[in-house]
Amino acid sequence: MAQNAFDIRSLNLWYGTNKVLKDINLAIPSQGVTAIIGPSGCGKSSFLKTLNRMVDRIPIARWKGEIFFNGFDILKKDIDLVALRSEVGMVFQQPNPFPKSIYDNVAYGPRIHGQKNKNRLNEIVEQSLRDAALWDEVKNNLRHPALSLSGGQQQRLCIARALAVKPKILLMDEPCSALDPVATARIEDLIAELQEKYPILIVTHNMQQAARISHKTAFFLQGEVIEFDRTQKLFTNPDDTRTEDYITGRFG
Amino acid sequence: MRQTFEHELEELFQDLLYMGGLVKKTIQKAVNSLKTHDLEGAREVIEKDDVIDELELKIEEKCMSLIARQQPMARDLRKIGTALKIITDLERIADHSTDIARITLRIGDEPHIKPLVDIPRMAEIAQDMVNKALEAFIHEDVGLAHEVCNLDDSVDQLHNQIFRELLTYMLEDTKNIKQATHLLFVSSSLERIGDHATNLGEWLIYMVTGKRKELND
Ligand SMILES: Nc1ncnc2c1ncn2[C@@H]1O[C@H](COP(=O)(O)OP(=O)(O)OP(=O)(O)O)[C@@H](O)[C@H]1O
Ligand SMILES: [Mg+2]
Repeated sequence: MAQNAFDIRSLNLWYGTNKVLKDINLAIPSQGVTAIIGPSGCGKSSFLKTLNRMVDRIPIARWKGEIFFNGFDILKKDIDLVALRSEVGMVFQQPNPFPKSIYDNVAYGPRIHGQKNKNRLNEIVEQSLRDAALWDEVKNNLRHPALSLSGGQQQRLCIARALAVKPKILLMDEPCSALDPVATARIEDLIAELQEKYPILIVTHNMQQAARISHKTAFFLQGEVIEFDRTQKLFTNPDDTRTEDYITGRFG
Repeated sequence: MRQTFEHELEELFQDLLYMGGLVKKTIQKAVNSLKTHDLEGAREVIEKDDVIDELELKIEEKCMSLIARQQPMARDLRKIGTALKIITDLERIADHSTDIARITLRIGDEPHIKPLVDIPRMAEIAQDMVNKALEAFIHEDVGLAHEVCNLDDSVDQLHNQIFRELLTYMLEDTKNIKQATHLLFVSSSLERIGDHATNLGEWLIYMVTGKRKELND
């Protein structure tokens, strides 16, 4: 088993002439929760989007470097993007369920991957909803539209949708920023459970959240990784004064 | 937001230093009263203890409130954590001064079995340690904090010396036993004060460097 979920080496990313990731070298552990923090615009989302090649959808994006995942460099041209995106699950800031039923949202991925067996699909949907701690709330309404759920439930549905295709890692980009404290606490509990099975890489603007839920934390600043360390160390005694200034709110 | 926080942190440290100043004075006053049979002075030390206990509670409350409202990180967090720890050491030092004052009251006007020399010297060093520790906090001076910790050795040595000396007095004449035991308690209190002052130094080092260092084993 690989030691790291992602091995990122000398990664650079440009949008047109704007260089937004600068020589990133980072090893994302294959276990536990890794948090990314940093001021707005420092490249956190761009970094996540590179890890599952969603940057391909941005025409002006160019990149250089290597990202090893499962022993392969996923920045190579000939990589299977559909397979990659199911192995690297992604959850966004705004819950974005499809305008379909709860069931169809979760079954969407497995169907694309050719799963037609009804019983098997039912099993996958139930298991994914259970793993996303949503099953008990929706088991009697699986045919209801996903958009009728609350924001927090929609977010858990999106997590279930990602889980349905058996990802090797979950990426989350500010998954709680549109949620109230109670819904946020539920997602945090869920993350604590999920990380037993999946490594999780989460971007958050909430420092306390990073401190609460992650094992390691990376601090990004203007496209660079300034510091990457155990969360406990980074939040009690960071090595770099820029990290210190940012986490204590002295920034800028 | 940051500015209010900064201001409150500063206030917290002002309170701490104020408490430290009061605590430091109790050591001198307690030992002076002992030396000069000043029962009135001893009573004052005991009364002062309530003020110090109240200060401890007040500072503790401020720390809790800062943690709850500001969710401090990194150095800010270490500062507040340190404040929470050292108020206990300061309060304990004042308690030991009170213990010494109580012994002064017990001895009362009874003449000392020997002139007190080493005990006041020990008190002087202990007080110097507290003083240096407080200075170290004002200037965030790690070097000075190390000095504090080093001074503890001489306090320990004096304590051993006093112990042996008092033992000979007890063996010489059983009538000495009672007062010698009292004085032995005083010496132990001063030795403990030295340990608490050492803790102050160690906490300052942690606050500044983020590293916990056990300096007195
Ligand atoms: N599609 C795009 N086309 C051009 N520039 C972009 C694009 N997306 C992001 N950028 C730019 O790239 C830089 C990094 O943006 P990114 O969204 O990765 O930052 P972020 O750290 O996620 O910020 P936030 O915390 O606000 O979400 C910014 O300067 C941004 O303006
Ligand atoms: Mg972003």
